[in-house]
Amino acid sequence: MRGIGQTRAVLLTVTTTHRPATDLGHLLHKHPDRVQEFGQSFGTVTVLYPEATEERCTAALVLSVDPVRLARSRARNAPDFSLSQYVNDRSYAASSLLGVAMADVFSTARSGTCRSRQELADSAIPLEIGLPVIPCRGGADIARRVFEPLGWTVDAEPIPLDEGFPEWGDSRYVRLRLTGVVRLADALNQLHVLLPVLDESKHYWQGVDEVDKLLRSGDGWLATHPDAALIARRYLGRRGQLTRTALARLAELGDEVEEEVEPAAEEEVRQPEDARVPLNTQRHDTVLAVLGELGARSVIDLGCGPGQLLDRLVEQADVTRVAGTDVSTRSLQHAARRLRLDRMGERQAERITLFQSALTYEDDRFAGYDAAVLMEVVEHVDPPRLEALERVVFGAASPGAVVVTTPNADYNPLYADLVGLRHPDHRFEWSRQEFADWSDRVAATFGYRVERRGIGDHDDALGQPTQMAIFTRTEDDDD
Amino acid sequence: MTESADVRRLTLPAMGLVVLVGVSGSGKSTFARRHFRATEIVSSDFCRGLVADDENDQSATTDAFDVLHYIVGTRLRRGLLTVVDATSVQPPARAALVRLAKSHDVLVDAIVLDVPESLAHERNEQRPDRDFGRHVVARQARDLRKSMRRLTKEGFRRVHVLRGSDEIDHVEIARERPWNDRSDVHGPFDIIGDVHGCASELRTLLVELGWTLAYDDGLAVGASHPEGRQAVFVGDLVDRGPDTPGVLRLVMGMVEAGTALCVSGNHEAKLVRALRGAQVKVAHGLAESLAQLADEPEDFRDRALTFMDGLISHFVLDGGRLVVAHAGLKESYHGRSSGRVRAFALYGDTTGETDDYGLPVRYPWAQEYRGEAMVVYGHTPVPAAEWVNNTICLDTGVVFGGSLTALRYPERELVAVEAEQEWYEPVRPLVPVDDRAATVLRIDDVAGTRWLETTHAGKVKIPEENAAAALEVMSRFAVDPRWLVYLPPTMSPVATSRLEGYLEHPEQAFEEYASWGVTRVVCEEKHMGSRAIAIIARDAGTAARRFGITDGSTGVVHTRTGRPFFADTAPLVERLRDTAAPLFASLDTDWLALDCELLPWSAKATGLITSQYASVGAAARHVLPEVVDVLDRAAARGLDVASLREASMRRLDHAVAFRDAYAAYVRPTDGLDGVTLAPFQVLAVEGRVPALTESHEWHLAELARLGGDLITPTRHRFVELSSPEERAAATEWWLDLTAAGGEGMVVKPAHLTEGRVQPGIKVRGREYLRIIYGPDYTDSLDVLRQRHLGKKRQLALREHGLGLEALTAFVGHAPLWKVHQSVFAVLALESEPVDPRL
Repeated sequence: MRGIGQTRAVLLTVTTTHRPATDLGHLLHKHPDRVQEFGQSFGTVTVLYPEATEERCTAALVLSVDPVRLARSRARNAPDFSLSQYVNDRSYAASSLLGVAMADVFSTARSGTCRSRQELADSAIPLEIGLPVIPCRGGADIARRVFEPLGWTVDAEPIPLDEGFPEWGDSRYVRLRLTGVVRLADALNQLHVLLPVLDESKHYWQGVDEVDKLLRSGDGWLATHPDAALIARRYLGRRGQLTRTALARLAELGDEVEEEVEPAAEEEVRQPEDARVPLNTQRHDTVLAVLGELGARSVIDLGCGPGQLLDRLVEQADVTRVAGTDVSTRSLQHAARRLRLDRMGERQAERITLFQSALTYEDDRFAGYDAAVLMEVVEHVDPPRLEALERVVFGAASPGAVVVTTPNADYNPLYADLVGLRHPDHRFEWSRQEFADWSDRVAATFGYRVERRGIGDHDDALGQPTQMAIFTRTEDDDD
Repeated sequence: MTESADVRRLTLPAMGLVVLVGVSGSGKSTFARRHFRATEIVSSDFCRGLVADDENDQSATTDAFDVLHYIVGTRLRRGLLTVVDATSVQPPARAALVRLAKSHDVLVDAIVLDVPESLAHERNEQRPDRDFGRHVVARQARDLRKSMRRLTKEGFRRVHVLRGSDEIDHVEIARERPWNDRSDVHGPFDIIGDVHGCASELRTLLVELGWTLAYDDGLAVGASHPEGRQAVFVGDLVDRGPDTPGVLRLVMGMVEAGTALCVSGNHEAKLVRALRGAQVKVAHGLAESLAQLADEPEDFRDRALTFMDGLISHFVLDGGRLVVAHAGLKESYHGRSSGRVRAFALYGDTTGETDDYGLPVRYPWAQEYRGEAMVVYGHTPVPAAEWVNNTICLDTGVVFGGSLTALRYPERELVAVEAEQEWYEPVRPLVPVDDRAATVLRIDDVAGTRWLETTHAGKVKIPEENAAAALEVMSRFAVDPRWLVYLPPTMSPVATSRLEGYLEHPEQAFEEYASWGVTRVVCEEKHMGSRAIAIIARDAGTAARRFGITDGSTGVVHTRTGRPFFADTAPLVERLRDTAAPLFASLDTDWLALDCELLPWSAKATGLITSQYASVGAAARHVLPEVVDVLDRAAARGLDVASLREASMRRLDHAVAFRDAYAAYVRPTDGLDGVTLAPFQVLAVEGRVPALTESHEWHLAELARLGGDLITPTRHRFVELSSPEERAAATEWWLDLTAAGGEGMVVKPAHLTEGRVQPGIKVRGREYLRIIYGPDYTDSLDVLRQRHLGKKRQLALREHGLGLEALTAFVGHAPLWKVHQSVFAVLALESEPVDPRL
């Protein structure tokens, strides 16, 4: 029976050439001559056999998704946020829904028990898994990295987005065919975990129990997988937040892709990890050292992001008051979690303030600190809006000292493969001369002295990757 | 109580604090109830009850008074008369209340109820809840007696003492408005800046403003205006200039005749002290006044002294909409009375520091001013009068060779006459008003839960979490707020159609509008592109003058979330300015705000199309043939899969239709090549808000003047709702439009409407809706028809009202924060969770 809206399909085929191939019916506990339907919360699963001979037997699992019901199966009070929730590929592409359906329909087979053919269930048999459309972020390469170490031969063919617009290139889907000699239960368990890993989907709420589920399904093969860390990270995915979904809505309104409005959690994202992390650490070390030199006892981190510097600041015994502020409420939630604010003692927590703000709006809460830090922040502000930031920070809040760091554009040629700016959200990157001009002007306008230094590996001609300006208020000279 | 001769009249401040003083049982509560509203009385017993469940629990006294002070403080901050009903017989208790009143800059009176101890005791005896002994009242009476002598020196404006129950029972209360409250005077006014003895320029200015001067013996002694206008002088009539007596004579005459009001300037205050013989430093032009006045007859000097001494420091005028003070006044001081209010009004918000010229440094209070009332002041000479947050300084330094400036109120017109010469050498050069000061936005302008009052949508609530999301998008991606004078509202779809195969259909739109009293509508083709707001200034000078943008840019084209289109929006602005030349001429304006659709959709949305729509299409079009193949093979084996196969074939058709629907809105573009704009409304121009005042017929006619490559015209037709033929023809038109790949149409009233009528509703085409509801939505119409439009429509009305509020504010030269507040609110409401398919 076909219900309203159950009009879309996902397809998985499992084929064996083990003789007699029709034993597949026993292993799957589904008779090859029957068409069986199973109801799921999001639609119907049909299991049927398009071929069933001695030589070759194929079971097909057709998932008919009801998109209307899928959208409604979310928590009752989860509000309707973005259109992508309704018009999505979940109905066509094998993904976590298929993983869930498979786990349910083939639960006995997954457990590896088969009363009539236990020996067969315990043996590796020639298998061929067909997934005509599977979302695979990162392309066919990811599919190979994930499945090949498990003994599969991987045939992954990218699917074009739209033949009418060849300039758009490939979609995030591949046509996937796995062949190998594998125990059927292992194959099913691997698919259960790895399909969502390929998808790296965001739609699926990842609860705490997901970790346990992962460990259960990955029993025996995940721990030794060379890419176990990648698999765990992608499987557990990202957690959704109310503010993020509100942002997603605003993104869609402006015809933007959601990722474009996400906060910049890490700098230099266009750099490989081994170049990025040391520079980040050096930057934190240097800024902390400078704050120490300045003798700052109260510090506000303007644009604190997920709170990496705050985390270090609270460890400084001589810093009695720390504030972090960012425009992204999501970043602030990360910062609060990083600092374990909710578990902190009352006295300790009193030292720390976190609040949302924007640096182009005057804000009384910025005032009253010995030092303010603008670490990798100014380059995220559109040039015409910098003037407002200068007035807000140097003019109105007017801390005793301001430490500014920003990329040195002169250094960029030394980054192999870097095209454009170091981060997609950077609005500009200054040469040393431009930074000097800017900082001199700001210092003169608002009554500060400025000293400039560099951070990171030194190149004789091009300087250091990060440049820093230390502003100190001149009227404090009289003290 | 009857009107008898021995009724005593007590005059109390209409806004301020009244402290009742008397022992327990002296009848304070009865007295208070008789003369004041219940809400005006805050009693210590009541507060004790609040914090301890027992009005007599003396151990709760400290907490009870914390609560009492909090309530009293809040009421005083809000400008309400408040009566404290506590014994207040001890000096520290009264001192705390006096301090509280002063901290809110209000007057405080005391009323002492002095009854014989025996009477008080007797009354307490009759009250079962007051079981304290006689000694308590005795002690209170002792405290009161000791207090009586020094009560008048405790900071009360007046101390009213009522002796005995007879006197207490025969009292009438009169509430006295503060002297600065002249809100009953409505003008129109000509507000005149610092004159500083420049009598000749003052006479010229008055004549220029249309006043008729009255002369006596060749001296100007008064003036009146044929239209009954009233002059308001911002103070500093005297010192430095050539003819201080001449100015005083004229202004005194006007004030005495009621044709002028005058507030005191700091120079008057100092001159008064000097004339009184006080030791003052004779500087800043005081010497000139003293010398000139010495030549006048003594009775003139006396009259001038009395006049200047009687000047008060600020006026609240025109129902609270206008405040005049010599050096300006921050909002919390409007209508208040205290030493520091007077000091602020006379000298400004001085920081105590002095600058390089030895002059006091003033805090830029106007930059932070967020009040509703216009504040007009002088005191600090500036080269030209400029608006900063609904405040304006009129001191244009006439005595230093500048000009004498007047502001016509409510017209907001400036009239100035040049100085005849430099009468006095300035200590420091005149510095212009910091031109960026007016554009500083504060986080309190937008963050947190707010309620905005709008003319067209009532009071609108902006929840905190929506504001938080908007702050992020606004500050990270939006164009300069000075350009951002509008964001478009959301638009509701038509009521759901029941017609077979349709979720939306024109007939419902016609029915809905007819039911709202609309007789004629316009159906406008709905372009499938990206909504674009274009702000175009004629040139860089206009951008600087009208928008405060001084980086040389002359306009902006932004999305509905305020982001600029394209990395560099300037070339598009250039082309649109050339294209829009006919509008600049026909609307007599040097800037335009246009509501448009930018085409094609792919110009902005390729990322969204490929990641969201094309992906769905690709997945569907690749998997379904495979499913059909599997089912065919299963059928060949004799399995019954007919219905699943049939469904899969239909799904494949839908998937192809879905792909064709989005592909229709994709056109190759290269930079600006291939991009067009479809303008459909003139939002605002200099001095006018056509979005509010003109019908859509007017808008379409005006925009029809535009042509050229950049413009995609908006096809439209008008429909008389009473004509079934016209309705049917319009439906046909819509069917043709959508069959040809069009998104659909927007139906709007063709004439201006009253009340809460949706400003427009969209009727989207059957195929277009596949993009919105999914490829197979036509199979689920019965479920999808259960959609709820209420919230969407409420948002549409609110956002529409906020948008009009922003445009009206900008056109009316309101401060930037005010415009920004409404624009920001639209963005915040747009993050509200509502079914995004609507």
